[in-house]
Amino acid sequence: MCQVVEEYPDQLERADLPSVSKKCGKCKEASTAVVIRTADTYCRGCFKEYFVHKFRATLGKNRIIFPGEKVLLAVSGGPSSCAMLNQVQEGLNQNAHKKLRFLPGIIYIDEGCAVNQTVEERQRKVSELQAVFKAAGFPFHIMPLEQVLDLPNSVVVAAPSPSEQLASTYKAAVDHFIQAKRSNDLTAQDQEETSVPYVQESHTQRLQQLIGSAKTLTAREDLLNTLKQHLLVHIARSKGYSKLMLGDNCTRLAVKLLTSISLGRGAQLAQDTGFSDSRYGDIIVVRPMRDYSANEIASYNHMFNVPCVVIPSLNTKTPDRASVHCLTESFVTKLQVDFPSTVSTIYRTSEKLQTAGRSSISTNLCDRCLLCMCTMDTAVEKASAFQATQVSTQLSQAKPTGSKNTGPEQPTASGQCCSGAGTEGCGSGVGCCSSASVKTPDLKSLLCYSCQLTIKDMLSVEHLPAYILSEAQRRLRRFRMREDISEFLLDDGDEGGDV
Amino acid sequence: MPVLCSACTEKRAVLKRPKTGHSLCKECFFWAFEEEVHYTIVAAQLFKPGETVAIAASGGKDSTVLAHVMKLLNERYSYGLKLMLLSVDEGITGYRDDSLETVKRNQEQYELPLKIVSYEELYGWTMDAIVKQVGLKNNCTFCGVFRRQALDRGAIILKVDKICTGHNADDVAETVLMNVLRGDVARLRRCTAISTASEGEGVVPRCKPLKYSYEKEIVLYAYFKKLDYFSTECIYSPNAYRGYARTFLKDLESIRPSSIMDIIHSGENLCVREGVKMPVQGTCKRCGYISSQALCKSCVLLEGLNRGLPKLGIGKHHRLHDKILSQQPLTEKEERKLKSVDF
Repeated sequence: MCQVVEEYPDQLERADLPSVSKKCGKCKEASTAVVIRTADTYCRGCFKEYFVHKFRATLGKNRIIFPGEKVLLAVSGGPSSCAMLNQVQEGLNQNAHKKLRFLPGIIYIDEGCAVNQTVEERQRKVSELQAVFKAAGFPFHIMPLEQVLDLPNSVVVAAPSPSEQLASTYKAAVDHFIQAKRSNDLTAQDQEETSVPYVQESHTQRLQQLIGSAKTLTAREDLLNTLKQHLLVHIARSKGYSKLMLGDNCTRLAVKLLTSISLGRGAQLAQDTGFSDSRYGDIIVVRPMRDYSANEIASYNHMFNVPCVVIPSLNTKTPDRASVHCLTESFVTKLQVDFPSTVSTIYRTSEKLQTAGRSSISTNLCDRCLLCMCTMDTAVEKASAFQATQVSTQLSQAKPTGSKNTGPEQPTASGQCCSGAGTEGCGSGVGCCSSASVKTPDLKSLLCYSCQLTIKDMLSVEHLPAYILSEAQRRLRRFRMREDISEFLLDDGDEGGDV
Repeated sequence: MPVLCSACTEKRAVLKRPKTGHSLCKECFFWAFEEEVHYTIVAAQLFKPGETVAIAASGGKDSTVLAHVMKLLNERYSYGLKLMLLSVDEGITGYRDDSLETVKRNQEQYELPLKIVSYEELYGWTMDAIVKQVGLKNNCTFCGVFRRQALDRGAIILKVDKICTGHNADDVAETVLMNVLRGDVARLRRCTAISTASEGEGVVPRCKPLKYSYEKEIVLYAYFKKLDYFSTECIYSPNAYRGYARTFLKDLESIRPSSIMDIIHSGENLCVREGVKMPVQGTCKRCGYISSQALCKSCVLLEGLNRGLPKLGIGKHHRLHDKILSQQPLTEKEERKLKSVDF
C-alpha cells in the first residue's frame, strides 16, 4: 500500500527513456516521426491513419450518432476541439473511407467577459475563429456568454427524450439512409452567415457581477462551466441539433474525474466523464475525443497544421493552489511525468463506473439538480458523509431556541428546514423561505451535493440569471403544493407509479 | 476583541474547527467531537448491546483518541459494550516497541484489558527480520497483509464480536483517491463502507467509528485533552506513492476544507457498472482465511520468506499457487526471477 513498486509494478512503473528505433513501428519502412508511448513509434502516414481510425472507430463502436442527424460541435479554439473539428471535416470528405454521415454545425461561446477581456480583444478572437470555421465549411454559431442571461426556463428542465433510438436499429437506419440519400450531397450545406449577436454592456456587467459574486475560484469555475453547458444545450435545442459533441480528451477527462471526486460529484461521475451523457433528455452530449491523450492531439495538430486559437480562461496564469480544478490538473500532470500510466489508469476507472439510479430513466424530472441537472444525491441514509457534515454544523452552532429561529437572516436555519424530510420542518420551511425574500429563493433543497457547495461559496444568489431563479421558485411552489396535499396523495412520486 | 464560541455564545473560542470553520470553546469542541462519533455509531448501527469490542490500538493519535472516546461514549450512552485493547507487535525496533509502551500506559489510564499479538509468534518473522531479507522496497506489503490477519487472529483469541479501527476521514478520502489512481474498482467500492460485513470463518467484522472525523480535529482533541500518544513515522515506510495522494488531499483541504467529506461523499455514491469483473471471495486452501485466490496473500508472502524468495508475494504470480500448494519445487528460471532484490 505504501511504496513505489509494491503489488502493481506494471501499472505504476516509472518511465523508461523511449527506445527510439529509426523505423516506424507499424509499417517498418518509413522513419519515425512521432513517439506516442514508449513503445509506439509511428511515421507520418501511419500516425495519421491511426489517428483518423480511432475517431471513426469510437463513433462507430458506440452507435449513438445516426446518419443524417444534426450534430453540434462545441469548439473552444483549443487543440482538442479543433482536432475534433478537423476529424469531422476529414470524415465527411467525399472519398473518406468509412465516411461519417451526420450534419455538423459549430458553436463557439465567447466567454471573454468572464476573464475581463476588452471588446476589441473579444472581437479579434472571434474573427480569428470565424476564419477557421469558414474554412471548415460548416454552418457555425458564435455566441457571447452574455446570452445566458436571456435563456428560457426550459433550459434547466430535462426534455423527454424522443422516440428511443436503439443501437439495434442503427444498422437499418444506416442502410435506409444510404439508399435514400445516394444522390444527395451532404457536405454541400449552405454555410449560413450568422451574425454575432450584439452584446449590451449592461449584460456584460451583470455577468461579471455574477461571476464575481463567487468567493472562490473553484466556485467560479464551476459556475462558469454550468452556465456554458446551459447555453450549449439551449443553442442545440433552438437550432434543431440533437447531439452535442465536446472535445474532452483522455487527459482532460482524467483530470475531470479526479476533480469531480474532489468536489463531491461521485454520483454524477459516469455522466460527467463517459462517452455519452443523456441528462438533458433530448440533447445527448457525446465525447468522441476521449480516447486521445493531450500529447497525441498536440502532435497531430502540429504535424498536420490543424489551426487552433489560444483563448485565455478563468484559470489562465493562476497558481496551482488557486482552485480545486487547477490543483488537480497540476497533480495529474506532474504524476504523469513520473508514472506514465496515470492518465490512462484514471481514465479506465471512469469506464467502469455508472451513475447511481441511472437505470430508471423515468426518474421524476423534478428530482434533478437545478444547476447540473443530474439526479439528486442528497437523499442519503443516516450514516453518510452528507448527514455527518450536517450534524457537525448543527453541533457547532448555537442551538436555536424555538422563538429565535424565525428571523429572516438565518440562511442555515431555513436551509435545514427545507431540506429536512420531516413534514414539521418543511412547514416552518415554507415560512422562512417565503419571508426571506421573493427575489432570492433558497436554492439548497433544489441542488445536488456538489452544486450546494458551489452556491455556498457565493456571496448571494441574486445575480444568478433569471431563468434559474424563476425555475427555482416554480419548483419550490410545486414542492409546497405537494406538501399541502401530501396526506391525500397515495404515491410518493407525483407522476404516480401506476401503469 | 475575543472571538466567542459559536455554539454556547458565552465562552471565548479557542479553536477554529477544521471541518466546519466554526470557532468553538474547548468544552463545546469536545462535546461536538464526541457527539459526532456517537451519531455515527448510532446512525450506522455499529454495535449491539452486550457485544465485546476490540479497539485496534497502535499507540498513535487515532487509536488513542478512539479508545478514549469509545470508553467515554460507552459510559455516557450505556452502549453496554465490553471494550478491550488489541495491539499488534510487528517487531520493529525503535518504533513499535516505543509505541507499545504508550499502549500499555493507555491500558492503565483507561482500565481496559490489553492483548498484544506479535508477528514473531504468529508467523515466526519480525518485521526487522523481513526487512533484512526483502530490503526497504516492498516491506510495507508484508506488514500490511500480516497485520490484517494478525488483528483477526488476536480478535479470535480474545473472542470479541467486533474490531474497531482508528481510520479517520482523511484516511478514507486518501484511500478513495489511491484506488482511483490505481484503477482498483473493487476496492474503490468497498473502501468507503463504515463496517465490513461478517465475511466468514476467521474474519471478525470491523468498523471505523472515526470515519467522519477529520485528522486535524483528532489531533486537536488529543492536544486539548492532553492525551498520551506516540507520534513517529514508521522507520521502514518511505510512503512514496501514497505520499502523492496524501499531499494532494492536504492541498485540496487547504483550498476547500470540506474536500475530505466531499471525497467520501463521492466514494459513497459511486456505482460500478454491471458486467465489470470483480474478484470473487473464497478461502485460502492452506490456512482457511478469506482470499480471492487459491492461497491468501499472507500465505504466499510467508512461503516466499521461508523459501528465500521474497518476491513471490510481490506482483502477481497466481500461476505459481498450485505449485506452492503441492509443495513442488520451482524451476530455476522462476526462482531467479523471485530472488532478485534490488535496493
